Amino acid sequence: MAAPESSAAAVPTLYTNNALRNAFGGVLAFFILLLIGVMAFSIRLFSVIKYESVIHEFDPYFNYRVTQFLAKNGIYEFWNWFDDRTWYPLGRVIGGTVYPGLTLTAGTIWWLLNSLNIPLSVETVCVFTAPIFSAFASWATYLLTKEVKGTGAGLTAAALLAMVPSYISRSVAGSYDNEAVAIFALIFTFYLYIKTLNTGSLFYATLNSIAYFYMVCSWGGYTFIINLIPMHVLLCIVTGRFSSRLYIAYAPLVVLGTLLAALVPVVGFNAVMTSEHFASFLVFIILHVVAFVYYIKGILTPKMFKVAVTLVVSVGLAVCCAVIAVLVALVASSPTKGWSGRSLSLLDPTYASKYIPIIASVSEHQPPTWPSYFMDINVLAFLVPAGIIACFSPLSDASSFVVLYIATSVYFSGVMVRLMLVFAPAACITSGIALSQAFDVFTRSIKFQLPGIASKAEVDAAETSSSTAEAQNDVVKAEKSEETSKNRPSKKSKKKEKEEKPLTKAKAEKKRLLALPLDSSVISLLLLILLGALYVVHCVWAAAEAYSAPSIVLTSRSHDGLHVFDDFREAYAWLRHNTDVDDKVASWWDYGYQTTAMANRTVIVDNNTWNNTHIATVGTAMSSPEKAAWEIFHSLDVKYVLVVFGGLVGYPSDDINKFLWMVRIGGGVFPHIKEPDYLRDGQYRIDSQATPTMLNCLMYKLSYYRFVETDGKAFDRVRQTEIGKKYFKLTHFEEVFTTHHWMVRIYKLKPPKNRIRGKTKKSKSKTSTTSSRAKRSGTGKKNPWH
Amino acid sequence: MEAPIRATEFLRFTLLSLLFFVCRSSPSHDLLISNAERRIDLTSHIVKVYLTLKVENAGSTPTSEILLAFPPTQVDHLATVEALVTKGKRKKTTLARLDVKPTELPDAPNGTKYFTIYLANPLNSGESTTLEVLYLFTHSLEPFPAEIGQSESQLVYYRDSALILSPYHIKQQTTFLKTPSTKVESFTSMEPTNRAGTEMKYGPYEDRPPYSFSPILIHFENNSPFPVVEELVREVEISHWGNLQVTEHYTLVHGGARHKGVFSRVDYQSRPNLNGVSSLRYLLARLPPRVHSVYYRDEIGNISSSHLRTDSRKSELEIEPRYPLFGGWKATFVIGYGLPLQDFLFESSDDRRYLNFTFGCPLLDTVVDKLTVKVVLPEGSKDPSAVVPFTVEQHLETKYSYLDVVGRTVVVMEKKNLVPVHNSPFQVYYTFKPIFMLAEPLMLASAFFLFFVASVAYLHIDLSIRK
Repeated sequence: MAAPESSAAAVPTLYTNNALRNAFGGVLAFFILLLIGVMAFSIRLFSVIKYESVIHEFDPYFNYRVTQFLAKNGIYEFWNWFDDRTWYPLGRVIGGTVYPGLTLTAGTIWWLLNSLNIPLSVETVCVFTAPIFSAFASWATYLLTKEVKGTGAGLTAAALLAMVPSYISRSVAGSYDNEAVAIFALIFTFYLYIKTLNTGSLFYATLNSIAYFYMVCSWGGYTFIINLIPMHVLLCIVTGRFSSRLYIAYAPLVVLGTLLAALVPVVGFNAVMTSEHFASFLVFIILHVVAFVYYIKGILTPKMFKVAVTLVVSVGLAVCCAVIAVLVALVASSPTKGWSGRSLSLLDPTYASKYIPIIASVSEHQPPTWPSYFMDINVLAFLVPAGIIACFSPLSDASSFVVLYIATSVYFSGVMVRLMLVFAPAACITSGIALSQAFDVFTRSIKFQLPGIASKAEVDAAETSSSTAEAQNDVVKAEKSEETSKNRPSKKSKKKEKEEKPLTKAKAEKKRLLALPLDSSVISLLLLILLGALYVVHCVWAAAEAYSAPSIVLTSRSHDGLHVFDDFREAYAWLRHNTDVDDKVASWWDYGYQTTAMANRTVIVDNNTWNNTHIATVGTAMSSPEKAAWEIFHSLDVKYVLVVFGGLVGYPSDDINKFLWMVRIGGGVFPHIKEPDYLRDGQYRIDSQATPTMLNCLMYKLSYYRFVETDGKAFDRVRQTEIGKKYFKLTHFEEVFTTHHWMVRIYKLKPPKNRIRGKTKKSKSKTSTTSSRAKRSGTGKKNPWH
Repeated sequence: MEAPIRATEFLRFTLLSLLFFVCRSSPSHDLLISNAERRIDLTSHIVKVYLTLKVENAGSTPTSEILLAFPPTQVDHLATVEALVTKGKRKKTTLARLDVKPTELPDAPNGTKYFTIYLANPLNSGESTTLEVLYLFTHSLEPFPAEIGQSESQLVYYRDSALILSPYHIKQQTTFLKTPSTKVESFTSMEPTNRAGTEMKYGPYEDRPPYSFSPILIHFENNSPFPVVEELVREVEISHWGNLQVTEHYTLVHGGARHKGVFSRVDYQSRPNLNGVSSLRYLLARLPPRVHSVYYRDEIGNISSSHLRTDSRKSELEIEPRYPLFGGWKATFVIGYGLPLQDFLFESSDDRRYLNFTFGCPLLDTVVDKLTVKVVLPEGSKDPSAVVPFTVEQHLETKYSYLDVVGRTVVVMEKKNLVPVHNSPFQVYYTFKPIFMLAEPLMLASAFFLFFVASVAYLHIDLSIRK
């Protein structure tokens, strides 16, 4: 470390020293990156080790099913796939409505492995796709941050991202969702944008469009990219940073990227027609105007230029007004102003709860709470401001992008808890920059304070570094500090390095003046390492405890050991093997994907909530009395109704707790379902104070049918109360299966009664009551205890 | 022109063959059975019949073939026939297994099917011998009523003949039937018939002529579950690195009376003795000792309800299906486990290697309708041949597994209608050169080597146009 000063006289020694150090630093950085990749992969395996190698939650089951189809039938069948096992009787065009990036990625991996005769199942590939791509994402973060603030910051950011809990929550092994690959695509697209911006290379610009295409394939969140990059371009123009590099970075992306995006069936003409994309075209025009103005300015004399400006501005304003008026008229003519519901709820956080209950009903679309910030990004929350400040000294094109990225993503994460995922990489990048700059300052101070024992300090630093990843990065960064600080403005070129050598000494003098006192910098260094250690501990805890549960298997620890609740799969397996292949199963939409994937049965609604009316129909049926519900279900050709009930074991996210959403969504389309009917004084309750409408609706009955016989009191452990109506019979449904812990209950619709000719309505009702009475006595005979 | 010639030829041939069969089969009718005792065990869903025959050669020529006759309805359900002969006098009796083969006889009345027992020593005229015959029937208990509710118990029909069907004259015969409980709804009476506790006795009947038949029908309670594996595929993969990996794919069905109507969990849990008595709650698989990495899963993931008990002689895996199986309910699952190779792979005297493994299904008390055993030999092994103690259909396949280039030879053996008796060892012989074991590690090593060489080359070659 002491080399730069002493070797100024002996140039050849310095030169070889530097080359050696560069080589060594390169190898070290490579191995650190490799280890970061391994860590990113392995920290996500807690779910496999603690539970099993299984697909998690809801949406991943759909993706898994699509991947299975792709692996079995090939790509052409996949594009043309019309799925008749869901949204019965409407069906769904899967090939045209799905973001194919994830499935194509996993399908390609599977195909590649199988053509190498490595017979991994599709499921295994799907389970491990997310951890693999999070390793890629951390490498992409390294590249991006390296472009912004050098290698040290890059490595720190990569290490932080590899274990940021927010990202872990969506990419543990088995969490086979779009976000798993999309975050990688997002960061990589940003990296290529910055790289193009720094180099002005058309090669990177083309790569950037391809990366953007991959992102469009992967996730609906691509609109974030296509709005953020124009914003940055606009920012650059406004702050007078227009350059040909900016033009190369942006123009090909818009042209090529939009063309490529339109190739994805689910996007199609939306790439040019929806308001989400307008910003990019507008900025595209502005960019050209600005480029043109710069060109004109170059060829005209200043006087002529002024004349031209006044001329163009007056004409241009008129044209612009006309165009804007037309655009506004066009946009205003569409009911949603050309914006999709989810995007609108981003711009206006209250939009969804006002107009679209189906979006508001999803927990991941709710705004996050403050503790969830601390849970998901932990100490990064404190480092982000420091990182933003570091980005401003000095402000380059790249660092202004990072600032813009973090500012927008903070806003979006505040609207939707799901978008915390977009915020996390930004937080990691800025925190990486902050940490790296802090280490840079402190280690440099120590080094200049103690010129005599500098080499010893280096050894010390190396020793302490082995404990945490951040500290390791610190070493690399310290080694490279001189180089990075030197060519920060111009980023590149080893040739320049040689020329700038005379400057080194002057810079060193300047640095000496900036140095901090020894003891305070040592203490700060230790505190920073402690902070990093805390972060690591928290991340490992979050990965192991909070985010690894696959949610289809639940476990609880009691005094007599681990207890496993595998009721969902029990029910799905039962449906799969013991019902007819073409039977239709109705349930609330949450369980649609799982039912089609695990039980292989046709469902009425599923998690792809594209048809609100259909969902409302099911919601209405669930909130109607038995007979009306039977009629609705019968008209939909439903044979089985599945409800999730947690009252016996205390599983809180069951259908009774989701029931108000069913009422709301149902009532949104069918006005005879009114929310106040289900509430007593504005309170949702199922005990003896509950309204009669509530106690007679289908959901209540199916959930609590014969529940009282379990403990004699019918005590619901989720709601912590005894239920309101304990003894009742079902007239139009019969219980065909209930799982071991009663978490899933499946009912069969009774066949329609034979019509009795020549009977009046009254006598018919009488026969039905007598029949039910006969049935009651019949069951009474079977069970003499009741 | 051709037709008449053919007709005459045909006539001549049939005449000849008739003559031949008459000549051949006529001495057998000189045999007679002096005493026959039959014990039919109806306690589980596999019907076990123990038949003790005392055969006497009343003819003049020695014979070594004894025929067993079965009605055609039973033969379809017949899983196995074994015959043993008692040797030695009084105290030092030993049992010797005899060959039993299905035989076609042209003059079989009403489609009777035959099995021939080949005696080791011909039975001379006037001599007599005692044969122990064991045969098992599957799918022979017909549930009636065919559909039952959850709280009802399972009643079944068993059809047989009170008299033993035989091509020989039987001097004296008795049939004992053992039912699982004392609850017998009805049974055909044929004097003398006695019923005491769980046992029923038909006979003794004296001097019945050949092919005597008297159908009986017993309607009784049998609450044992009827686990039937409709299809079982066992894959045994040999790795010369020291592991034998077994993967078993089951399609299980409860073959008893079909479940009807409601399944109520509250009844099932609170009164297990009265509700769903015939439901299949768990299964026991007997695995070889020193078994490791056992898994039990189905197409949607691990099934957590299983227990493994191991000791030095055997391992027992108790598995519960995801849900209790009622009559007609199905479940599919996979059991997989690893075994140390040295317990099962040996070298024969002619320098070949052979795998000695158990045929059949490790689940206890289970009927397997169709079993496919696939032995995956290591890549590069040659001349496979299988030795199975009973007839199976065999063919070869090729399987590509981890990094295979030429593929692995798979010996496939198929058999229908199996019972636990078929859990006998079989051998697969093959030749294998140990050098093939190194193929895949070498391949991987060279791939990495090439990768590094390529990296080094890339770093040292300057491809840029501009200098």
